[in-house]
Amino acid sequence: MLHQLSWKVGGQQGEGIESTGEIFSMAMNRLGYHLYGYRHFSSRIKGGHTNNKITVRPTEVRSIADDLDILVAFDQETIEVNYKELTEKSIILADAKFKPVQPEDSKAPVFIVPFTEIATELGTSLMKNMVAIGSTAALLNLNTSVFQSLVDEIFGRKGEEVVKKNMEAIQQGYDIMSELLGDRVGEWELAPADGKRRMFMIGNDAIALGALAAGSRFMAAYPITPASEIMEYLIKKLPKFGGAVIQTEDEIAAATMAIGANYGGVRSFTASAGPGLSLMMEAIGLSGMTEQPLVIVDTQRGGPSTGLPTKQEQSDLMAMLYGTHGEIPKVVIAPSTLEEAFFDTIQAFNIAEELQLPVIIMTDLQLSLGKQTTEPFDYSKIEIRRGKIAFEDLEPTENKDYFKRYENTEDGVSTRVLPGTENGIHHVTGVEHDETGKPSESAGNRQVQMDKRFRKLEKLNFDTPVYVNAPHDEADVLLVGFNSTRGALEEVQERLTTEGKKVNHAHIRLLFPFPSEEMAALVNGAKKVIVVENNKTAQLANIMKLNIGGHSKTHSITKYDGTPFLPRELENKVKELLD
Amino acid sequence: MATFKDFRNSVKPNWCPGCGDFSVQAAIQRASANVGIEPHELAVVAGIGCSGRIAGYINSYGFHGIHGRALPIAQGLKMANRDLNVIASGGDGDGFAIGMAHTVHAIRRNIDVTYVVMDNQIYGLTKGQTSPRSAQGFITKSTPGGAIEPSLKPLEVALSAGATFVAQGFSTDIKELTALIEAGIQHKGFSFINVFSPCVTYNKINTYEWFKENLTKLADIEGYDPQNRELAMQTVMEKEGLVTGIIYQDLETKSYQEKVPGYSEQPLSELDMNLDEGQFNDLVKEFM
Ligand SMILES: Cc1ncc(C[n+]2csc(CCOP(=O)(O)OP(=O)(O)O)c2C)c(N)n1
Ligand code: SF4
Ligand SMILES: [Mg+2]
Repeated sequence: MLHQLSWKVGGQQGEGIESTGEIFSMAMNRLGYHLYGYRHFSSRIKGGHTNNKITVRPTEVRSIADDLDILVAFDQETIEVNYKELTEKSIILADAKFKPVQPEDSKAPVFIVPFTEIATELGTSLMKNMVAIGSTAALLNLNTSVFQSLVDEIFGRKGEEVVKKNMEAIQQGYDIMSELLGDRVGEWELAPADGKRRMFMIGNDAIALGALAAGSRFMAAYPITPASEIMEYLIKKLPKFGGAVIQTEDEIAAATMAIGANYGGVRSFTASAGPGLSLMMEAIGLSGMTEQPLVIVDTQRGGPSTGLPTKQEQSDLMAMLYGTHGEIPKVVIAPSTLEEAFFDTIQAFNIAEELQLPVIIMTDLQLSLGKQTTEPFDYSKIEIRRGKIAFEDLEPTENKDYFKRYENTEDGVSTRVLPGTENGIHHVTGVEHDETGKPSESAGNRQVQMDKRFRKLEKLNFDTPVYVNAPHDEADVLLVGFNSTRGALEEVQERLTTEGKKVNHAHIRLLFPFPSEEMAALVNGAKKVIVVENNKTAQLANIMKLNIGGHSKTHSITKYDGTPFLPRELENKVKELLD
Repeated sequence: MATFKDFRNSVKPNWCPGCGDFSVQAAIQRASANVGIEPHELAVVAGIGCSGRIAGYINSYGFHGIHGRALPIAQGLKMANRDLNVIASGGDGDGFAIGMAHTVHAIRRNIDVTYVVMDNQIYGLTKGQTSPRSAQGFITKSTPGGAIEPSLKPLEVALSAGATFVAQGFSTDIKELTALIEAGIQHKGFSFINVFSPCVTYNKINTYEWFKENLTKLADIEGYDPQNRELAMQTVMEKEGLVTGIIYQDLETKSYQEKVPGYSEQPLSELDMNLDEGQFNDLVKEFM
């Protein structure tokens, strides 16, 4: 009986590979398994190899598995590209249609199944995916009835006949596989799960839902991989709550429109990836200078320029921290799990309003698009805090002068007043300004307003700036990462710990202002520090050195080939550095 | 009820004496009073340029943003609070060079914002470079041999982009300009108003006198019908854009806000932000 199963389906893009993975995953979720799915896809719509690798466990699954147990191939390319991940205990299920050939050095045998043929006989070759799912069910020794309610839901509105045909496809796939397996039946059976359904979603879903729960009712965005799902979710949902999404002409419009809407009093945001963030830089400065709240999501992908648009990377860090000219206070956060993505989005909106500044939520492609299970989010933990806003009409100001929107307060935060409020008239400008917002270039005023803006950061109240699992006061090594490397690092920590190494792990969630004190203590408590990140120039390691030193003991493991870290490769690299 | 004086503040404009922008400011103030709104019910969003300073010279909510981006800020603001009167304004460089994409798309989108361009055919604030509106051959600091590119035709662009309100004014004719801005504010949808607002310092070609000689009032053209789009396009082309008045108004097409499914009647800024537990759990269940 297996305690983890890694299953992958592959073929040409546009051939239903995604839905095959989706239906398999949904069935496993219904049985109570934990899932982590990662799609490999290219920057084109039809054609090009795509695959969906799904790691399944009866217990929590944090990372993409190192190996592959089952590979379902709809073309020879899928076998060629993926067979190296297979072990002696693995199996390839290949569609008879493309006359599959087993590579000479493949450790796993190819089982040829007539997916397309069975489907075509049942009416349409499209159902080859269902046949493959049926065959998978046979490998896992699952009862095909598991799929009944799913097929009802997915195909129900197409009529009874379609439902019946799809179930039949699953059954035939099951039957033929059972026959082919002979005495190997049961080899890939998974330990049973708790039968509890969990949320199964991508990071972008968690962020979009977080925005909705945070009270955001307006979004302006321009489509881009891997961010578009955020706007697409809200385009579906916001109308139900009175809100709207505008697909703008570009990201400059998106960011400035969101600023205008925040100024108007509705929580608004935008989401994009590197190229869009590059265009937004001036707007981020405007938000900082005019103290208008702004939330921006940056779903990192392979850069620079168009780079690797559908691949994993974490190379926007420096740009997010230091992009935009001049100096503004801003907050940059980096969730690393679905739950954090959801609650950090809510935090981002709260901070943006409480401190009246731009907040950037960084994710990466693996977190944004990787589909995972998570426990349902806890409603009681949702909290909306808006900071200082004058909602009621105000008393007339002295000499009928403008309202002091930029009053030099002790904590640096001045009261916001929304356009439309009586006696609240003031000026807003990106030019340096006085307390009423009127342009002022005097040296004294400049210093006062600059200090006021930066003072706000002292009041920043971010829940859990660093995820820490540091059982050792004197560790052999401290592993550090951000965003989606979390699971692989946890896995490595666990493996090295069983080998007797003292390993601490810190995953940084608040990147600016940098949690120096907390990180310095962790660095001081370790003989070596290894910073793991998906970029070429070791950006996070450099940020750490800049903020807390530790140059001589800080080492880097970087990867920038577009693929995520897998636990074993990371484990080996960490070991090399520890020797 | 507020008079135009209530739209004045204590700030002394730093425009050059004689600059056309003074009259545009006065016309906005008068039009706002004439349509019966109070200063706090108006927001003026402006770009960067000499013209952009206007947001700080009117006693209303004012947002002086970044170069070329007045329109997206104004549209976001209007989406947040549909009860607010939002006027966007800026220069010809702001709206037709760096912000051109926003101009075309704001026109297409048709959100209920009034856009007043202070068109002086030059870059004033940066001290006299060519603008997309400069005439071919115009010698400026950046075109010492004369502007090579043809002058952009904003009225034709607006009409082609599907504008529901297009007008053009001249800053010395405050009466007409006020009426145009009033009509723009009252128009349900995006109103585009180009205003010839001479730069007395850097544009010695398109002067007050030059405009007086060359402009035709549409009101003086017999049979002109601002609801006839073809006629509007034809007239604008014939007169090479040198007309004033309401060029085109489409009274049928609904504004963006009226077309967005589900968009709240009540300003978004006033909606209850909280999801109740039932709503939230339903959303969660969709992922299970
Ligand atoms: C991104 C950016 N680029 C350039 C500038 C410099 N700049 C300020 S105003 C302006 C052009 C002004 O011309 P126009 O929009 O016609 O306004 P005017 O001064 O004529 O009223 C330029 C190029 C800027 N502020 N921002
Ligand atoms: S430079 Fe020209 S546009 Fe600018 S204020 Fe002077 S006259 Fe007006
Ligand atoms: Mg100009």
